Amino acid sequence: MPADFPTALVLNAVVAGLLLGGFYAAVSVGVSISFGMLDVVNIAHPAFVILGSYIAYLVNDRTGFDPIAASIVLSPLFFALGMLIYRIYYLCFEKRGQESLRGLAFFFGILFITEVALVLVFGVDYRMARSAYSDTTWRLGPVDFPMRLVVPFLVSIAMVIGVQLFLTHTFFGRAVLAVAQDALALRLMGVNTFRVKEFAFALSIATAGVAGAFLIVIQPVQPSIGREYIGLVFAVCVLGGMGSIWGTLAGAFVLGLAESFTSTFFGPSWAPAVSFGLLLATLAFKPAGLFGR
Amino acid sequence: MSNRAFAAVAFASALALIAASQLVTNDYYFSAAYTVLQFVILATAWNILGGYAGYVNFGSAAFFAVGAYSSVFLYKAAHPPLIVMIVTGTLAAGLLGLAVGYLTLRMRGVFFAIATLALSVVLYTFVVNWDYVGGARGAYILQPRDLPFGLKRYIQVLYAAMVLMAAFALVVARTIETSAIGRGLAAIRDDELAAECAGVPTLRLKILAATVSGALMGMAGTTFPYYLSYVEPSAAFNLSYAVNSIAMPLIGGMMSWLGPLLGALLLGTVQQVVQVTVSSEWNLMIVGVLLVVFVTLAPNGIMGWVEAWKRRRK
Amino acid sequence: MKCLAAWFSGALIALCLVAAPALAQQPLKIGFGMSLTGPLAGNGKAALISMQIWQEDVNAKGGILGRKVELVYYDDQTNPSTVPSIYSKLLDVDKVDLVVSGYGTNVIAPAMPIMMQRNMTFMGLFGLNVNSKFGYDRYFQIMPSGPEPAIGWTQGFFDTAMGLSPKPQTIALVGADAEYPALALQGAREQVKRSGLKVVYDKTYPPNTVDFSPILRAIQATNPDLVYVASYPPDSAGMIRTASEVGLKTRMFGGGMVGPQFAALKAQLGPLLNGLVNYESFVPEVADRFPSIEQFLAKYQARAAKEGVDVLGFYLPPFAYAMMEVLEQSIKAVGSLDQAKLADYMHKTEFTTYVGKVRFGANGEWAQPRMLAVQYHGIAGNDLDQWRKPGRVTVLTPAPYKTGSVMTPYQDSRK
Repeated sequence: MPADFPTALVLNAVVAGLLLGGFYAAVSVGVSISFGMLDVVNIAHPAFVILGSYIAYLVNDRTGFDPIAASIVLSPLFFALGMLIYRIYYLCFEKRGQESLRGLAFFFGILFITEVALVLVFGVDYRMARSAYSDTTWRLGPVDFPMRLVVPFLVSIAMVIGVQLFLTHTFFGRAVLAVAQDALALRLMGVNTFRVKEFAFALSIATAGVAGAFLIVIQPVQPSIGREYIGLVFAVCVLGGMGSIWGTLAGAFVLGLAESFTSTFFGPSWAPAVSFGLLLATLAFKPAGLFGR
Repeated sequence: MSNRAFAAVAFASALALIAASQLVTNDYYFSAAYTVLQFVILATAWNILGGYAGYVNFGSAAFFAVGAYSSVFLYKAAHPPLIVMIVTGTLAAGLLGLAVGYLTLRMRGVFFAIATLALSVVLYTFVVNWDYVGGARGAYILQPRDLPFGLKRYIQVLYAAMVLMAAFALVVARTIETSAIGRGLAAIRDDELAAECAGVPTLRLKILAATVSGALMGMAGTTFPYYLSYVEPSAAFNLSYAVNSIAMPLIGGMMSWLGPLLGALLLGTVQQVVQVTVSSEWNLMIVGVLLVVFVTLAPNGIMGWVEAWKRRRK
Repeated sequence: MKCLAAWFSGALIALCLVAAPALAQQPLKIGFGMSLTGPLAGNGKAALISMQIWQEDVNAKGGILGRKVELVYYDDQTNPSTVPSIYSKLLDVDKVDLVVSGYGTNVIAPAMPIMMQRNMTFMGLFGLNVNSKFGYDRYFQIMPSGPEPAIGWTQGFFDTAMGLSPKPQTIALVGADAEYPALALQGAREQVKRSGLKVVYDKTYPPNTVDFSPILRAIQATNPDLVYVASYPPDSAGMIRTASEVGLKTRMFGGGMVGPQFAALKAQLGPLLNGLVNYESFVPEVADRFPSIEQFLAKYQARAAKEGVDVLGFYLPPFAYAMMEVLEQSIKAVGSLDQAKLADYMHKTEFTTYVGKVRFGANGEWAQPRMLAVQYHGIAGNDLDQWRKPGRVTVLTPAPYKTGSVMTPYQDSRK
């Protein structure tokens, strides 16, 4: 490490950590809904992110359309997919009262089936999407803002805020929050909790689809890389506090900053240990997470 | 059947299997059986905490890898006989189970699951940075030249070790299941709060189960370096260990020691067969489909099916 | 009765006469595991296609020793745990006549004990320094890294670097936490010792790192003259992109990156590759030294596009084909499948293959290293066709293939 105080290095590390955190938040906000609020252990969430990456790639490759814009336009498709998956899950597991473990195995199965389907359709070569801003970097003094990370960051924050506003300000959104608190009471009040949960789960898959576009703008994608995100999405969700969207955002930023600082000053190899060590410490001492209920 | 009788039967069967295997001339049987037996041990171990107590462990790979890497460490440091490596690896993994259990078993089951996931990543990072056992470069563990008991090839030694360890794991599982500990764990699984109120020492029992479960998973990994001759972190921490150790008890049935055995034999054999017949991306597809089908159609696994069928006949 | 007996014996004799040549027509089976799924599947599938093209070429000419060649292969899922079972099945159950390896160090090493027990001659496909611990005399490696693989692998970068004037003083070493990069960096550290450079940064990163800017900024903070990177495709792409984003200033950047050899990354990164010093196994600039390669690449490229793998095929495919050529020529010269004779022949002979002359040393590695160290320049836009013809690559080492000198510093040669 240099002897004089490395201002530029620290500032850049902060910015890099926040940009990364924004991306992590996009990938994890869906799990915050499905796992944090609905208690559905959707371990296949990363597979849907990768699916989103490939759909964005297809559109970008064939038409040159911006991948992130394309994924937002196509998000109703993912919404519909989410509804379908939730229906199957509900009929087979939730109705019978046997969710957690069996649901987990079910989603593991979905994870593998999705990965293989992608391999069969697209092959195993790495794909990446190109957008107009991929190669541009803004420089503000000593700090760099690569557009490749900034644009996904901005859209991601917008998406997360959008989800939070939806949950707190619309009728259906508040129904979702209510279901998260006490589904039984809600049923007794005559609310069709199935519809509410179906909607929420579909929303979580829709966010996965959009997050996939972020991923393929940031780095090359191949069907099996979904597996590497399983730990991360649950870590962000739990660290921030289950069922809290702001918590997920905070958790994502914490992990992004931890990774960025460890990589800059100590050694990138240790970054996962620091991030997940933080998670372990949180679980041991404050299991409700940073913003938990 | 008393536990002692069961243990006798188990070890007798193990010895019989080993003796019978001498008639087999091709090594493929030993290689494939090694992997299936590895899963028998892992599934049985996982089930002690997952099936009996209801606490899902996502990090089977971490305990497995502790067993494997303690063998690597011993090999480089002192090169002791295999049995010493097995015992040490088992103890090390058991210690890890104890530590993790103590830290995380006070909270809801789902947090334990996430903690085991985090544990996997943290341990992986440590191993990658631990130069003595090779780190990311990997470590070469050469199979010994002289073999005990007049066995002809080292894979047969490994096979024999795995058969005995599998028998041991089954005996341990059954002993726990049929004892007061097992009843306590079942009470925890059914309703932890009620169990607490009834006076069951829930935390102590859970920690015991975590320790035993972790120890046995580590035991499964102790011979792994010899099997491969080259160990590097991504092989030892492979996702398939986590997935299979959950899937196999699910498919076989989680209520008794027989379930994981059946599940491991079934799913393990299917995976081995598919690997050398269909062999392509369809392997993974088949695992995925099997998982989904079994979990939706046979909620209590094969054992559950059998029970339901028996009840219907009455 | 006698009549029946006569018919019976006649039929038996006739059957034997027919069966004897039929037995001789039994296919010559070559068995191997290959990564068809998992992280290295892109290379594995490309290698498989090349080997299948070889099989078709050989069978079109009548096979080997009068027998048609059949490839028996299984997916090793880029998972070393599958390797012992796969090779036991190939040898004991499928009874293949010959075996070759899968792609990469971590699937080659687990197969070695079985090969050594059965005394099989074993050709390896791109594993770095596998034989150093085993010392097996029937192992042969088709990757041209030379007798000390980690040294030969890194030789090009360091030879070029130490040829700069003024001599560089400091170097930053960085790579992924995976077995190839770790081995390559080990070789680089040995080179550093030999050349008297000072290491100002020596760290590794997790393979699934998303953002490389903290790493590159930390490197830049040490102001290295050279930056040597050992990486796999996703992180190679990340490093190269990020180097452009942070405006990396150093004299030479690159070294051991897997990825820029592939069509997918050449297309995606395009002009970002300018100035990078890296290794290649084949480039159009040296095509005239390797006459049959154009023909082979045409066949390969037609199939690769359909199967969703590397569409240029400059990296692994020619060597996978050459590996099979070595086997073919050895079997034909020896006239049988005697493993000892094959190994002996392969140690003594200089083969002429699609990738030129191949000669193995005592430990099974190439007697002379022949990885090309290259620098990319003049790339404009993201189309792939500019890569199919010479003009975008300067070959720096080894001397017989050199087409030009390195341009430094990196930040200027990027434009």
